[in-house]
Amino acid sequence: MTDDLELEVERYELFAGPTYNFDFNRRQFLKAFSGGIALIVPVSNLVARTLQQQDESGGGRGNQRIPNDIGAWIHVDESGVVSVFTGKVELGQNIRTSLTQAVAEELHVPLTTIRMVMADTDLTPFDMGTFGSLTTPRMAPQLRKAAAAARETLISLAAEQWKVEPSAVRIENARFVNHDASKSLTLAEVAKGQKLIKTIPPDVAITPVNSWTVSGTSVPKVDGRDFVTGKHQYTPDVKREGMLYGRIVRPSGLEAKLVSSDTKAAEAIPGVVVVHDGDFIGVAAPDRQTAIRAEKAITVHWQAPGQPGNAELFEYLKKNAAGNRTTGRPVGSVEDGMKAADLRLSAQYTVAYIAHAPLEPRAAVAEWNDGKLTVWTGTQRPFGVRSELAEAFHIPEEKIRVIVPDTGSGYGGKHTGECAIEAARLARASGKPVKLVWTREEEFQWAYFRPAGVIEVSSGVKNDGAVTAWEFHNYNSGASAMQVKYDFPNQNIQFHNTKSPLRQGSYRGLAATANHFAREVHMDELSQLVKMDPVAFRLKNIKDERLKNVLEAAAKSFGWDRKKAEGRGRGIACGFEKGSYVAAAAEVSLDSKTGRVKLERVVESFECGAIVNKMHLHNQVEGAVVQAIGGALFENIQFKDGQVLNGKFSNYRLPRFSDMPAIEIVLLDRKDLPSAGAGETPIVGLAPAVGNAIFDLTGVRIRSLPLAPNGIVNRG
Amino acid sequence: MAKQTELNVNGKKLRVDVDSQTPLLYVLRDYLNLTGTKYGCGESKCGACSVLVDGVMMRSCITPVARVSGKQITTIEGMEKDGKLHPLQEAFLKADALQCGYCTSGMIIAAASLLNKNPKPSREEIVKHMDGNVCRCGTYPRIVNAIELAAGTAKEVAE
Repeated sequence: MTDDLELEVERYELFAGPTYNFDFNRRQFLKAFSGGIALIVPVSNLVARTLQQQDESGGGRGNQRIPNDIGAWIHVDESGVVSVFTGKVELGQNIRTSLTQAVAEELHVPLTTIRMVMADTDLTPFDMGTFGSLTTPRMAPQLRKAAAAARETLISLAAEQWKVEPSAVRIENARFVNHDASKSLTLAEVAKGQKLIKTIPPDVAITPVNSWTVSGTSVPKVDGRDFVTGKHQYTPDVKREGMLYGRIVRPSGLEAKLVSSDTKAAEAIPGVVVVHDGDFIGVAAPDRQTAIRAEKAITVHWQAPGQPGNAELFEYLKKNAAGNRTTGRPVGSVEDGMKAADLRLSAQYTVAYIAHAPLEPRAAVAEWNDGKLTVWTGTQRPFGVRSELAEAFHIPEEKIRVIVPDTGSGYGGKHTGECAIEAARLARASGKPVKLVWTREEEFQWAYFRPAGVIEVSSGVKNDGAVTAWEFHNYNSGASAMQVKYDFPNQNIQFHNTKSPLRQGSYRGLAATANHFAREVHMDELSQLVKMDPVAFRLKNIKDERLKNVLEAAAKSFGWDRKKAEGRGRGIACGFEKGSYVAAAAEVSLDSKTGRVKLERVVESFECGAIVNKMHLHNQVEGAVVQAIGGALFENIQFKDGQVLNGKFSNYRLPRFSDMPAIEIVLLDRKDLPSAGAGETPIVGLAPAVGNAIFDLTGVRIRSLPLAPNGIVNRG
Repeated sequence: MAKQTELNVNGKKLRVDVDSQTPLLYVLRDYLNLTGTKYGCGESKCGACSVLVDGVMMRSCITPVARVSGKQITTIEGMEKDGKLHPLQEAFLKADALQCGYCTSGMIIAAASLLNKNPKPSREEIVKHMDGNVCRCGTYPRIVNAIELAAGTAKEVAE
């Protein structure tokens, strides 16, 4: 349900973009590049129509910024270099590569001709942020259209030079050639002397999927060499002339208020700048060791109220529920469905807070020049961070530039700009550029978490396996993927807002993992109740062909029909979110001495429409399975009184090499369907599959995530 | 406290004027501009900061610079020789053994340390040796594949 998806994406943060003023800055924009041709992608069809009229009339006035009506643009400069400008961020999901593929395909030029300019608020158009698996379904088709329009424009220009019909010109090996290839021009030769901005026409044709030759192939990471040689500069690697190193004096915990402080000893250290502004205390020093010394020299006394901890978490979430928020109209009547059922089941499921723990922690380098602020930072929302900075420093956004180097991952955890603000505060006070890199401990304590949640499910089922009633209540964790793809005749599905003791926010797939966990474990319980095979039971309740296909594909590759190996349990789960379908089958064993659950084997099938880059998709799906192991089996934030108690890698258990099962990924390529994003949904299926496999092996039904942080006692 | 420490990094002899207890990681990153070596946890639990010291992997985030004075230090920047990538670097690209790439330097260094002492490791030996290195993007299976490719023990590039 599209509406639900929109609602859930925006639950935690405000994504309001600049208000459209339709006061375009065509002339300024034209000045921004010296020449060549530019094709711009408007943000909407309405804007497209207005812009096309303006293309014809010229005109418009404005400021130094890229007009708000532009979603992305492609520029072919006079030297033949193709630059693609998009506000999207590369965080390891390989969109720098997949978007390059899309443009190369339509322009008919080699991948190496294309330069992606990403996530720089001075150079790239406004973008809400890189989240919600939206780059592939939304940005890629727009860039394709722009590239296709650029190609047609260039062809017309070449045709003009030769005084022939455009239909007599084509592009071969990045050269424009005439009908018998007797004449040719390079991209540079055609673009030279031009100064042309065009809005992409609404009817521009793009290459149909079955004619793809660049997309649909496993193009390697376009700048892969920079990463294996250590040359790529992430935010923590940025260095500026005269730069200082920052440290923040952190409160004792969440909600803590400053009672007293003494910064004299730190101020006495040569070269150290101390900033004390309200409850913010930070230092900047010429080198890191001095900054640490200065931070330690400050004595502070904080006072924090008592706050809930793990022990009372789930009770707290339910107790503080604000009331119902229905996120889908009830279907049929659950009451009637319950009456019609032969068997009924109610169960409660819980999920813990977990941390993104991106290996690159939050970092920022901030620099003020003549009242203008430039910040390099790793974030999924460069324009959102710009707004946060504008608000924090009471300066207009025009005076702020946020640059996001390709970042050391995010997983939904880098939507906010706190580190950027802190670095900018220290830089303003010291009059020099300041670098601030959060420590791992700061990242755990002061970033935000995947929401914890309580989910209650009541259902009714016929003896033949048909589910007749489905009631589902999610407290706090979120509404993503709450709606079912099963063919249940009577449904009541609700999300309940409540108070969270910890700071929470987006996490890869949002609540889709929690909701799939509850639903798919419950489905497993129902299949037990009616004594049906879990795959057959699900198929009995599925009409959706795509869901059926992924489920059958996973079962087949797993060998669901084969006899189970001795001492192994197996479980399966399937689902849908953000335009793509997933099914996971898992096989587990148990160490009888330690009770440790070992994940032995996983088969995951995934279908996201037409595959853009099979190798990168495979990598993405496999990586999601690996990351999912942590949340499924052992990741769990321990906290009390506003303090995270296991906020280090030495006591927060992460998936490691030795946790790897044998993983088989089955990718279903649907060339007849538009490509959906794939960064999130592959993570949602593993946890329920593992939970169901543990039950299959031990007879112990676990209804909480993580499933087995301390192992399982086998009842069997 | 400050004193001159002599270092040999990527075949070059250097002197740095820092507190002798400064972690090697920050000497490399802040003073020598060798930023390929990364901070991940500061307590030797993720391997992002790995460097080779006399061919053996060390976690530079907990290694005082004085301890490696006079020893041969190799960072990720020293793996490429005369514009030619190290076989492990080639293998990581071939196997697409990275996503965000932040752990990659440490992974390649850790793998090089393994191959230095055991040129044809079994899969179990690879997993055991690499277990202290974290990849949050979850490319472990591909990294194992890459190491096997570089060691010549992989039958094929995994999908």
